[in-house]
Amino acid sequence: MFSSLVLVLLIAAIAWILTGAGLAPIFGVVLPYAAVLVFIIGMIWRMVYWAKSPVPFCIPTTGGQEQSLSFIKQNKIDCPSTTWGVIKRMFVEVFLFRSLFRNTSAEIYEESSVTNGPRSIYYSSKWLWCFALIFHYSVLVVIIRHFRFFLEPVPAPITWIEAVDGIMQVGSPRFYWTGGLALVCLVYLFLRRVCSRKLRYISLFNDYFPLWLLLGIVASGICLRYFDKTEISQVKIYLMGLTHFAPISAQGINEMFFVHLTLVCTLLIVFPFSKLAHMPGIFFSPTRNMANNSRRIRHINPWNPPKQYFTYKEYEDTYREAMAEAGLPLDKPLDKAAE
Amino acid sequence: MYNAKAVILGIVIFVAIFSSPFWTSWIGKDYTNTGVVLPTNEKTCIEDTEFMRANHMRLLNEWRDQALREENREYVSALTGKKFAISLQNTCMKCHNNYAEFCEKCHVANSVYPYCWTCHIIPTEGK
Repeated sequence: MFSSLVLVLLIAAIAWILTGAGLAPIFGVVLPYAAVLVFIIGMIWRMVYWAKSPVPFCIPTTGGQEQSLSFIKQNKIDCPSTTWGVIKRMFVEVFLFRSLFRNTSAEIYEESSVTNGPRSIYYSSKWLWCFALIFHYSVLVVIIRHFRFFLEPVPAPITWIEAVDGIMQVGSPRFYWTGGLALVCLVYLFLRRVCSRKLRYISLFNDYFPLWLLLGIVASGICLRYFDKTEISQVKIYLMGLTHFAPISAQGINEMFFVHLTLVCTLLIVFPFSKLAHMPGIFFSPTRNMANNSRRIRHINPWNPPKQYFTYKEYEDTYREAMAEAGLPLDKPLDKAAE
Repeated sequence: MYNAKAVILGIVIFVAIFSSPFWTSWIGKDYTNTGVVLPTNEKTCIEDTEFMRANHMRLLNEWRDQALREENREYVSALTGKKFAISLQNTCMKCHNNYAEFCEKCHVANSVYPYCWTCHIIPTEGK
């Protein structure tokens, strides 16, 4: 937990100090290009790697009544039996986090009046679903809002999103809800790991590092917008230079911008090799992308070796003489086979 | 590779979405300078240029609070120590009198639509 925090702080500090020392081209030009390349190629590699992995069994997670007799109502979204059903399930999964919504929490009571002894209790636990959903949608809106830096002229839909996001008209520049919500959700996701003993026990560097990194990105972004400000026209000119492959000097842009950019680049580089790759990973999950139709359609394990068949015809051809000698019945008698 | 068709379609969609900062910026115009026309009658603003560029919105917000909520109409510049009247119409717009050539240049390009003009009148040149 602390080592990942130290690492994120170290990356931020290095970016801050070295851009201040005049190495802005490395953090502002070389690193973003490298990060985008690593991200896109890394993700393609990851997807191809998953696509190459065979699925030996039909293992969709069944979250409801499967397809059965006509008078038994099937749960078509949680236990789909057709490709269309799988598409519906995947939609609900991706956009509403259906399986997180079903999350339960287990607790053991040492003394229960029901059993007169220890008893385990399962109850619905929606907090993770709630904060995870808010976080993902907030980040989506934040990313869409950033397109004002890549597009000239800025299309109206981005302006609408900004207007809704800053609808409370708090302060100037206007406070955007999504930025604040993303930060709150990240803090929750972090505290969840730290405060629960069970979760703390299973949490590793790989769990904390993306959290700290995202916290760093959101915090530096908020800082850049409301506190340690830089001129955004300059930033837009700079980013347009990058996207047009004609990088310009970073003169007049403060260090905080490069800290933000460097942390985003770090995220892009880490993304394909971390648990964050669940973004395309959800589509490759056999528990989600398979139809529960194993009673109708046989699932063939792709890694089964090719079968060595020895048909009766071949058997008879091989042992015909011996069989005739022993007086066994033959499909093709010896004299006919000789012809 | 299993389900090659679907996987390749997915990869194409993925690349299209995540390279969008690049290709969307080629659809529109390039943006190489702000095109702001600076006032000619004064050399310096109330604070230095760097500060004004990055923090003018915060200053204006503070000015609004000072003028309307605290009844304080006097601002002392941290740069020169000169005193200015806290007033958008009478101080800022004395020099920055061309909305289309000054405010709008950066604000429209960066999709910044402040709510100054729900109370104040948008300055138009020559009127």
